[in-house]
Amino acid sequence: MSASPEFSQYLAQRQTRRVFLGRTSQGLGALALASLLRPESLNAAPPSGDRWPGAVRQFHFPPKAKRVIWMTMAGGPSHLETWDYKPKLVEMHGKPMPESFTKGKQIAQLQGQKLTCFGPRFKFQRFGNSGVELCELFPHIGSVADEICWVRSMTTEAINHDPAHMFMNTGSQIAGRPSMGSWTVYGLGSEATNLPGFVVLTSLGRGGQNQPIAARQWASGFLPSRFQGVHLRGKGDPVLYLGTPAGVTRAQQLDVVQTINRLNAQRDSVVDDPEIATRIAQYEMAFQMQASVPELMDLSNEPASILDLYGCKPGDGSFASNALLARRLAERGVRFIQLYHKDWDHHGGIKEGIEFKAQEVDRACMALISDLKQRGMLKDTLVVWAGEFGRTPMSQGDGRDHHNAGFSVWLCGGGIRPGTVYGATDELGYSAVENPIDVHDLHASMLRLLGIDHTQLTVKFQGIDARLTGIAGNPIKEILT
Amino acid sequence: MMRFTLKSRFAAIALSAGLCSTFSSSAARKLDFNSDIRPLLSDRCFACHGPDAKKVKGNLRLDQPESATKAAKSGKIAVVSGHPSDSELVRRILSSDPEELMPPPETHKPLTAADKEVLKRWIQEGGQYQGHWAYTPPVKASGVPSAQAIDHLVRVRLSEQGLAPAPPADRRTLIRRVSFDLVGLPPTPAEITAFEGDTSQDAYQHLVDRLLASPHFGERMAIGWLDVVRFADTIGYHSDNPRNIWPYRDYVIRSFNQNKPFDQFTREQIAGDLLPNPSLDQRVASAFNRLLLTTEEGGAQSKDYEARYLTDRVRAIGAVWLGQTIGCAQCHDHKFDPFTSRDFYSMGAFFADVKETIIGRREDGLLVPNEAQAPELDRVQRLAMAAQADYDGTHEELNPAFQRWVDTQKTLFANEQRWTRIAPAAAEAVSGTELKVNDDGSIVARGKNPEQETYRLRFTNRFDSLAGFRVEALPDDSLPSHGPGRGTQGRFIVSGVSVLVGKPGEAKRSVPLKSAHATFEESVPLPDGARGSWSANSIVNKGQQSPTSGWAVVSAAGKPQQLVFELDEALSVPAGEEVVIELSQQFGKAGDNLGRFRFSTSADRAAASSVPTPLPPGEVADILKSEGDITAKLRSQFKQRAEEFAPWRQRLEAANKAKNEFEVTVPRCLVTERSGEPRPVRILPRGNFLVETGELVSPALPAFLARQSDRLPGKSPDRLDLANWLVSRENPLTARVTMNRLWKQFFGTGLSKVLDDLGSQGEPPRNQPLLDWLACEFMDSGWDLKHMVRLIVLSNTYQQSSSVPRESLTRDPENRELARQGRWRLDAELVRDNALSIAGLISPEIGGPSVRPYQPDGYWENLNFPQRGYDASPGSAQYRRGLYTWWQRSFLHPSLVAFDAPSREECAADRNRSNIPQQALVLLNDPTYVEAARAFATRILRESQGSPEERLRWAWSQAVGRIPSDQEVLALRSLLEKHLAEFGADHAAAEKYVKTGLSSLPADLDAAVLAAWTDVARALLNLHETITRS
Repeated sequence: MSASPEFSQYLAQRQTRRVFLGRTSQGLGALALASLLRPESLNAAPPSGDRWPGAVRQFHFPPKAKRVIWMTMAGGPSHLETWDYKPKLVEMHGKPMPESFTKGKQIAQLQGQKLTCFGPRFKFQRFGNSGVELCELFPHIGSVADEICWVRSMTTEAINHDPAHMFMNTGSQIAGRPSMGSWTVYGLGSEATNLPGFVVLTSLGRGGQNQPIAARQWASGFLPSRFQGVHLRGKGDPVLYLGTPAGVTRAQQLDVVQTINRLNAQRDSVVDDPEIATRIAQYEMAFQMQASVPELMDLSNEPASILDLYGCKPGDGSFASNALLARRLAERGVRFIQLYHKDWDHHGGIKEGIEFKAQEVDRACMALISDLKQRGMLKDTLVVWAGEFGRTPMSQGDGRDHHNAGFSVWLCGGGIRPGTVYGATDELGYSAVENPIDVHDLHASMLRLLGIDHTQLTVKFQGIDARLTGIAGNPIKEILT
Repeated sequence: MMRFTLKSRFAAIALSAGLCSTFSSSAARKLDFNSDIRPLLSDRCFACHGPDAKKVKGNLRLDQPESATKAAKSGKIAVVSGHPSDSELVRRILSSDPEELMPPPETHKPLTAADKEVLKRWIQEGGQYQGHWAYTPPVKASGVPSAQAIDHLVRVRLSEQGLAPAPPADRRTLIRRVSFDLVGLPPTPAEITAFEGDTSQDAYQHLVDRLLASPHFGERMAIGWLDVVRFADTIGYHSDNPRNIWPYRDYVIRSFNQNKPFDQFTREQIAGDLLPNPSLDQRVASAFNRLLLTTEEGGAQSKDYEARYLTDRVRAIGAVWLGQTIGCAQCHDHKFDPFTSRDFYSMGAFFADVKETIIGRREDGLLVPNEAQAPELDRVQRLAMAAQADYDGTHEELNPAFQRWVDTQKTLFANEQRWTRIAPAAAEAVSGTELKVNDDGSIVARGKNPEQETYRLRFTNRFDSLAGFRVEALPDDSLPSHGPGRGTQGRFIVSGVSVLVGKPGEAKRSVPLKSAHATFEESVPLPDGARGSWSANSIVNKGQQSPTSGWAVVSAAGKPQQLVFELDEALSVPAGEEVVIELSQQFGKAGDNLGRFRFSTSADRAAASSVPTPLPPGEVADILKSEGDITAKLRSQFKQRAEEFAPWRQRLEAANKAKNEFEVTVPRCLVTERSGEPRPVRILPRGNFLVETGELVSPALPAFLARQSDRLPGKSPDRLDLANWLVSRENPLTARVTMNRLWKQFFGTGLSKVLDDLGSQGEPPRNQPLLDWLACEFMDSGWDLKHMVRLIVLSNTYQQSSSVPRESLTRDPENRELARQGRWRLDAELVRDNALSIAGLISPEIGGPSVRPYQPDGYWENLNFPQRGYDASPGSAQYRRGLYTWWQRSFLHPSLVAFDAPSREECAADRNRSNIPQQALVLLNDPTYVEAARAFATRILRESQGSPEERLRWAWSQAVGRIPSDQEVLALRSLLEKHLAEFGADHAAAEKYVKTGLSSLPADLDAAVLAAWTDVARALLNLHETITRS
C-alpha cells in the first residue's frame, strides 16, 4: 500500500542499484556482518543498504532545525497554573463565569453545571530579561526563560483525551493518519544509523491521574510501517523483542543471523528478489539494535554532573531520565523524539497535582535545554512542550475541566525566536483572542523549521493529497527567526 | 474572458503534483477519456472545477460535458470539440502568464508538457466525455467461455503490450502457493509428495476442490474481511475496553465456509435484524453495525460522538461495498466524485435506528449459545418464565393473608405518622470523630473512631409540647458489616443521652428524661465477656452513666434499630433558644460508637413511652401516602415482602439464579436492534456537531448512483433497502469492488491498485474488461464466491511461475500486466500460522473466544480505566491461528503490528507489506517463535533419521517445501556443529534456552543437542523463503 510515488520510486531505485552492482548479494550480508561484533563499529557505517533518503529531496526552505524533541504533557496541563497569568481571574475567584465567555463553546464534564471562576492556585513571578510572568512553581524553566518562546493562544478542535491526542499527533480526529513523527521521518529520513528515526518514551506521574494513551499516537498510518514510532520502554526489553532468547549468547545470535543472511543471499542468487536484500539489511539492523539500544539506554556512563543537572538516577524511569535519553537520542541522529509525561488531568486537587508535576518536569526541562545548549545542539534542535489541550478557568470542585478554546504551549531551540511571548487569551484565560493558532499552525511551523513547506509534504491517500496539516495550517512566522 | 484569476483561493486546497504520466503508450491509439483524460482533470482541475458545488470557480465544471462545452461565466468555452485553438482550456494550460496559467502555480500541480499535449489532442479528437468507468454498469465481454475468460482477457492485454505469459510454476511452488492463498497454511510434505506424484490431468483441480472444502478456507477468507469491516475485540477510544463481539468473527468464517451468496452475506450484516424472523446467525451478522469505535470517556458529549458514529458507519459502507472514499463529504461535497454532503448524511440516516448507548459501556449483547448449550439455555429460560408466570398469578387463596398484611402496614404507617424527622443545625464530636449531616437528615460518623466518644447535636428548630425523641440507628455501606455502629461487626453501645436547652453560647438547662424503649435490647453477654446492664432504659439513669450500662446493639448488625425516650414534662422551645442532644458512648473498648443515626420528635406521649414499632418499608409508606387505587401496588409489595408469599418468591429467585448462572457461561455478541425512534439526522456544516441548524435528512441512496426506480416511493427506506440496493444489479460498484479485493489475495495487487477508491482519484483498472467480466460473472453466478475463487486459481494466469528473467521484472516491476505470478511476504497472521504448523504446535480448532499469545510484560502499561494485566492463554489456546488473536485496538499484539496487521480502528481494504527490523526481532526473539523453533527441533530429532545432513534435508523440506542445495545444507551444518559444541560445553545455558514457552519439554532429548537444533530450526523459520508465498 505504498501510496507514495516517492516511496515506490525509492523501492524501484533500490532494485536498479542492485542491477548495477550485479549479483553481489551473496557476499554482501556476510561481509557487513563480520564487523558487527566490534563495538566501535556501532556508531560507524550504516547497515549495508536500506537507507531511506527522505521524500523531500530538496528543502523548500533553509532548514533551521535538524530534529525535534516533542514533550507531550499528557492529560491536558492547566495553562492557568503554568504559563498564562490572569490577575482578573484571581479577582473573579468564586464568582459566576460570565456567560459571554462560554456561550456556544464545547464543554466537557462541566456540561449543564453552574460555572464558577477559579483563580490560579499559585502566584506568578517574572523571569529572565524578557520579564515573562510564569508560575512560581517553575523556577528552573524560568531560569532559561530567555531561550523559550511562549505561545499563549493555542487552540484545538477536540476536548476529550483520546481524540485530542489523535488530533495533536496526526492533525486528524479520524484514526489511521500518520503521526507527525512519521511524517517527519518520511520527509527527511533519519541520520541515525542503528536506531529508529522516530522514538517514543513514556513516563508516569505520581498523582495517579494517568490517562491512557494509544499506540496510534505514534503509528505511521497510511505511510509505510518503517516510519512508525518505536516505543523505547523503561522496563523489560527497551525495544519489544530486543533481547536474545535466554541461554543464547550474543555470539550465538550472530551465528544464527549470519546463517539466515547467508541462506537468504544464496536464495537471492537463484530467484533474484529485491525484497531479499532488504530482508538481509533488516537482520543486520536488528542485530545492531540489540547492542546499540542497551548502550543508548545505559545512563551509568553519564557523568555525575549531568545526572545532577537533570535530577535523575539511571534506570528510574522518570521524565528526567527520559529527557536525558532524549539528548542521547538527539546526539545519535534520531530525527523525531517524543516524550510523553502523564498525569496532567487535574479535574480535582489541581493544587497538589501541579506541585507534583512541577517537581517532575521543571528541572528536567531546564536541564535538557541547558545540556543541548552547552553541546551546541540547541540551535538545530526544536524542543516543544505541549499538552493535548488546556484546562477551564472555571472550577470543577478543586480542579479544572478539559478546555480547548485557549491554552499555552512553548517552543525553543532551532529557529525559534527566544525570549518571546506570542498570542494571548482573554482576561479570564478562556479563549485565545490575540493571534489564535491551532494544531495545524503548530505543525506547519514545525515543518517549516525543518525546511519543509507543509503544503508540499503530501501522500496520495483515499484520492486526495493527504498531509499532516489537512487542508489548513500556516506557519507562525512571528515566532520563527 | 474566463475568470481564473482568484489565485489565492486556489491555494487553500492543498494539491500537489504526483501522478506519473501513464500516456507513453497512448500516442498510437485514440485517447480514452476514462483512462487518459479523467485522471488528469480530476487531479489537477476538479478541486475548483469539479463536483463540490460550493467551490466551483467561474461557473465552470470540467467533470460535466454540458458545463465544459458551454460558455462559462467569462463567456468563453473551455472545450470546443475538434478545435483546440478555440478552446479556453488549451489556451490557459499553455499560457505563459502566471496570472492566467492553469492550474495556478501555487497549487503545485503543474501539467507536464506531455499532459498538455494529451489534453490538446483529446480536444482535437473531439473532446468526448465518458461517464466515470466505475459508475457505468459493468459489461461482460461476450463469447468467452467462463473457464477461459480470465486467461483470454489477460492475454489480449499482454499481446497489446507485447508481453508473453510465464511458464507454469513447478508443482511444489504451486501447491504451496495455492495452500497459502486458500487456507493460509502450508501444505504438509506428504501432501506435496502426493501432488507431485499425481500425474492425472485433474490433479490440480482436485487439490483446489479439497482446499475449498477445508474448514480453514473460511479462516483464510475472513482475514481480509475482518480488516475491511474493522473487527476488533475492544471499543477503540480512550479506555479501549473489551466488548462482546467474537461470535461475529465466527459468523464470517462460517459464511465463507458455507459459501453463503455474497448478496445474502451483505443483507445479513447490514440488516440481519430486519429480515423476516431472523435466525440467530442473522442477528449475529448484524453485529457489523456495532463494529465501529466507541467511547466511555467521561466528559464526552453525546452530539459529538453521535456525529462520529454516523460518519464512521458511512465511511464503512463506502469502504466495504462502494469502494468510495466518501469520508470527505462529511464536511463538504466531494471534490472529485459526485458524492454530496446530502448523500453523506442521508446515508448516515439509515443507521439512526441502531439502538446504542452513545457514551458509555456497551451492553452485554445477545446470547449466542453453541449447539451444546442451546437446549440447556432453552430449558432454564423456560423454567424462569414459568416461575415468573406463577409469581405473577392472582393467588386469590392468599387474599386473607394479604388483607392482614395490609392492615399491619397501615398500623405501622399510622405509628410512624406520630413522629417528625429533624436534622441538626450542627453535629460535632468531643474526641475528634467527623460527623456529616446527609440530605435525609441522618448523621454519618467518619474519620477517627476514638474508644470513647460523645456526639453533640444542635437543633435550632422551634419545638412545641414535645413528649419525646427518637434515635434511629441506620445501616450504611461505609460502616463495618454495614453498621449501624462503627465497632466490630457494626456494633455500638450508647451509654447515655442528655437533652439540654438554652440560648446559644450560654449555659444550658438539662431536660429530665423519664423512660426509654428500644426495638432491640441485648439479652446475651457481650462477646468479649463484658457484663453490664444493657437495657434501653439504662440510658436515662439521671446522670449516673456507667461504661457498663447503656443501649447496646451487638448481635444484630446490618439492621436498623430505634430508641425512643420520653421527657418528664412536655417541652416547648421558644425562638432564640436551641436544643442540644448529647449521645455519650463510654464503653471504651473498641470504638463501639454509632455510625449512622437520625433524630425524630413526637408530641404523642404514647409513642414516646412504648417500644417503637418498625417503620414500614419506604416503598410501602409511599404507596400508603399516595392517592387512588393502590391495591395492585400493595399486592406487588406483599409479594416482595410477606412471609406468606415466600414460597413463590423463592422459587422465582431460584429459577432466575439458575438461568443467570447458566447464561454467564453462554457467549454474547453485540448485535443491531432497532430503537423505537430513530435519532434525527442533520447535515452538519463543515462536519461541526455544534451547529444544529443544518437541514434534517431522511435515509436515502446516493442520488448520482441510485436510479429513480431504486428509490422506493411511498416508504422511508431502511437498512434492508440499503443492503438490497448495494447488491442489486443496478449498483455498478459492489461486484467490482469485491472482485478487485479478491484479486489482490491471489495476485498481490488489485486490478485497480487503489482498493478503497474506485472513484476518479483512484486508478482506472489496468484491465477493465477483466475486472468487469469478473464482476458480471460474480453477479451472474448468484454472488458465488467459491465459484469466483475457483475460476481464478484454476486459470493458467494464476498458475504461472513467479520466477522470471530480470528483463520481465524491470519491464513490469509491480506485475500489473500479469505476465507472471507475484511473490510476497505472508500476512501477519499467516507468518504465525506457518511457523506453528512447521513446529507441529498449531491448534486446528475453528472459532471461539479470542486468545492471547505470549506478549511482552508491560506492553499494556499505557492502558487505563482500568489498568490491565495480560495472561497468556494456557494449553492449546496458546497455539491457535493468528486470526484468533485478541485484537486490542490501541495496543495491538506487537508481533502482528510488526508484520503490518492493521489496528482496525478504521476500515482497511489493504495492508502495507513492509520489510522492517522489527520483523527480524520478532522471528528471532519472540517466545512464540523461539518455542516454535524448539518444537520444530524436537520434531527433527524424533521424526527424521540418519546423518545430520539427512536430518537437515528433512527439516528444510518441512520448512519451505523443497529440497535444499548442498550449499544450503552446508551452511546449516556448520551452525549446528558449532552450537552443538558450545551448548555441550554449557549445559546450563542450553537448558535455559529450551525451556521457553508453555509446551512440555521432551524428557528423552539432551538439552544441548536440542538447543543446537533449536538454533538450526530458528534459522529455518527466519528464512525469507519461509515467510514468502511465491
